[in-house]
Amino acid sequence: MLKDITLGQYFPMESVVHRMDARFKIIITLLYLVMLFLGQRIYALLAGLLFTVVVTLCSKIPMKMILKSIKPIVPILLVTGILNLLLLDGGDVLWQWKFLKITEEGLHTSAFMVARICLLIAGTSLLTYTTSPITLTDAIEQLLSPLKKLKLPVHELAMMMTIALRFIPTLIEETDKIMAAQKARGADLESGNLLQRAQALVPILIPLFVSAFRRAEELALAMECRCYHGGEGRTRLRILHSGLRDYVALSFILLLLSAVILLNLFC
Amino acid sequence: MEPLIKIENVRFAYPNEDEPEQVTEVLKGISLEFRRGELIAVLGHNGSGKSTLAKLLNAVLLPTEGSVLVDGMSTQKEELLFDIRQRVGMVFQNPDNQIVATIVEEDVAFALENMGVPQPEMRERVDEALKAVHMYEYRHHAPHQLSGGQKQRVAIAGIIAMRPDCIVLDEPTAMLDPHGRSEVLRTIKRLNREYGITVILITHEMDEAAQCRRVVVMDHGSVKMDDTPQNVFAQVAEMKQIGLDVPQVTELVDLLRQKGYDLDPHIISEEDCVAAIYDLFEKRRANGADS
Amino acid sequence: MPILEAKDLTYTYSIGSPFEKTAVDHISLQIEQGEFVGIIGHTGSGKSTLMQMLNGLLKPTSGKILLDGNDIWAKKADRRQVRFQVGLVFQYPEYQLFEETVYRDIAFGPKNMGLSESEIDQRVRETAAAVGLREELLEKAPYALSGGQKRRVAIAGVMAMEPRVLILDEPTAGLDPKGREKILDQLARYHKRTGCTILLVSHSMEDVARYASKLLVLNRAKIMCYDTPSKVFAQSDALAQTGLALPQITRVFAALREKGICFSEEVYTVKFGAALLEDALKGGAFKC
Repeated sequence: MLKDITLGQYFPMESVVHRMDARFKIIITLLYLVMLFLGQRIYALLAGLLFTVVVTLCSKIPMKMILKSIKPIVPILLVTGILNLLLLDGGDVLWQWKFLKITEEGLHTSAFMVARICLLIAGTSLLTYTTSPITLTDAIEQLLSPLKKLKLPVHELAMMMTIALRFIPTLIEETDKIMAAQKARGADLESGNLLQRAQALVPILIPLFVSAFRRAEELALAMECRCYHGGEGRTRLRILHSGLRDYVALSFILLLLSAVILLNLFC
Repeated sequence: MEPLIKIENVRFAYPNEDEPEQVTEVLKGISLEFRRGELIAVLGHNGSGKSTLAKLLNAVLLPTEGSVLVDGMSTQKEELLFDIRQRVGMVFQNPDNQIVATIVEEDVAFALENMGVPQPEMRERVDEALKAVHMYEYRHHAPHQLSGGQKQRVAIAGIIAMRPDCIVLDEPTAMLDPHGRSEVLRTIKRLNREYGITVILITHEMDEAAQCRRVVVMDHGSVKMDDTPQNVFAQVAEMKQIGLDVPQVTELVDLLRQKGYDLDPHIISEEDCVAAIYDLFEKRRANGADS
Repeated sequence: MPILEAKDLTYTYSIGSPFEKTAVDHISLQIEQGEFVGIIGHTGSGKSTLMQMLNGLLKPTSGKILLDGNDIWAKKADRRQVRFQVGLVFQYPEYQLFEETVYRDIAFGPKNMGLSESEIDQRVRETAAAVGLREELLEKAPYALSGGQKRRVAIAGVMAMEPRVLILDEPTAGLDPKGREKILDQLARYHKRTGCTILLVSHSMEDVARYASKLLVLNRAKIMCYDTPSKVFAQSDALAQTGLALPQITRVFAALREKGICFSEEVYTVKFGAALLEDALKGGAFKC
């Protein structure tokens, strides 16, 4: 059933990483990505690996979970790996068959790219594993708030995110129910060709949309009754606090980043 | 004392969809007063105009004619909108569609955030509101982990946090199971008793109305009765004609009265009914002993 | 032979996860052709899960469901045919309406059965009339109807498949007394006319007591009792202990019994109660 799908990737636990200020976590993740992209050689990967391992240990998230996060992108890894392997020319030819050949450089780059993507996913997964979607939304709103001066609807976007997060479980449950109800009327959702299957979705999608619009209308009314009038003059119940641990973590990534940059420049 | 809410000759109509020159009249000239601290049921079937009446009380809708005054403030004045909505809070039928946030306590804080209440005070008011509806232990839960009755109590807490004078509940139990219904009813009765909050309960359930101190019966856009539940339900034939139920005990008493037994038609509670019937048997026994 | 039979039926949600929950726990049950069964139980007593198993929407974790003696999960069984024979009306069924007109929505089920145009037309008109929808409503869009009307369109949509067993999960939820009465009356008439088997799930004992010939009370995933209403209400103390709300009239007579005024029969409708009282007051027997 659809209900069984876990939502988001949040992995609730008590740890230093979980308690960190989400704004710092986002900035640190961005710096981590920059580091991975700047580093052209193996030491960037080593720095990334070091960072990922340290943070994972601190977060108490099982290593298994990190590996699991890489699973969905295995096809991408394969494609990247094989393309790089076969198409890059340079260095000694290690293996050749008709027009296909594997060169030393190809092997190098291919391994490098695959490792880099793995680290990329593992690092960003750590952010979503340790931060609830709603805290993430809050943090993004606060980080983007300078853009309000440019008339960007930052508050509105964050509000939309929040409401979406709030209603995803409700709508999933509803989809389950509508599917069961139409099946009870003999709707056939499993057989037939692509076109027939697409048509079979109509009795599910229409009630779902109608219901979503009805909910939206009622929610808007309820929000108005609770004095909602946009982001102006709004205060917040939860205030994000930064502390020593956030600065320590930030220093750690800055240190790694500068090391990578220096090695880039001088080696 | 000045009534909290004063409804004067209110009409409400909207143009027909098919023929714009014709209008559908939902409310046909209603005058009512609600005083502070009252526990009132507005009873009526679907289409009687009771939900429209509810929406007029906090300026979600504005009367076509007549006026609605909340604490002396007219709902027509746009600059008073937030004052009025903060004083008259509204709880709706579907508990799912009025919870905005993904965490219970943040939803309760929603109105306060909108009102710009400073954070330390907000914290205090949120906790207080959650305790008032006995949902404090659930403050970190996600709404979809709660039962219908619990969600509805969270929605009530979200209103209580505004510290309103009055809560209007528009069929708050219609989508709940019996357990959730009694949970919600107990909560609003307690809020009325302990916090002195005026409660206006819009409902079509007679057993809920029977627990209030005043019942306003609506039918076809007019007020048909406005009295104590005892006096309202005693009019069994009229109520049935409107399409509303009366408590089974009242119906039983009515049937026995039709057969000529001397019973008080104002019985709406089980205990009174049992006692009255027991008396009948006692009297019969006494008469039997005489003869 | 019973038309529908459950043999040692069990359903467990999310097996192996921390949320594992047995919703139906070894239930065995026989439903006879033509019966009107009222099904009562708390939220979470397993009612809805049991109903969805009876028409083959959920596959039992263990146990069997027999329709006319045939296992509906046997290898060769066609579950779609089972669903046509055991019609299920979900809670708040008006939320599944999707067609442009009432007519086409009611026709959805019969169309899926592969019936001919004329047969579909006949069935749509018949069932629409059975639930009290006027002809001119058939060409309207479902969203233009009132809440009670939409509900009846949705019920008609299942009735039009002419199932031999019709299951309704709280068909009156959220309606006002008038709307409730209308649907229950139409259901009773439909039952009488077609002689089909009806399973009515409800929270309201008052409602089911008036119409059902048998009551099934579920408590904590198990059957608490399954008998005629008068025999079920005879256990009113046990029912009250599970927290199920007994009809007010039944509670009044229970209180009278405690005061020494007893009647040989259980009371669960007002009319019957009044008649009994009148009889007793005129000099009939009443004392225990």
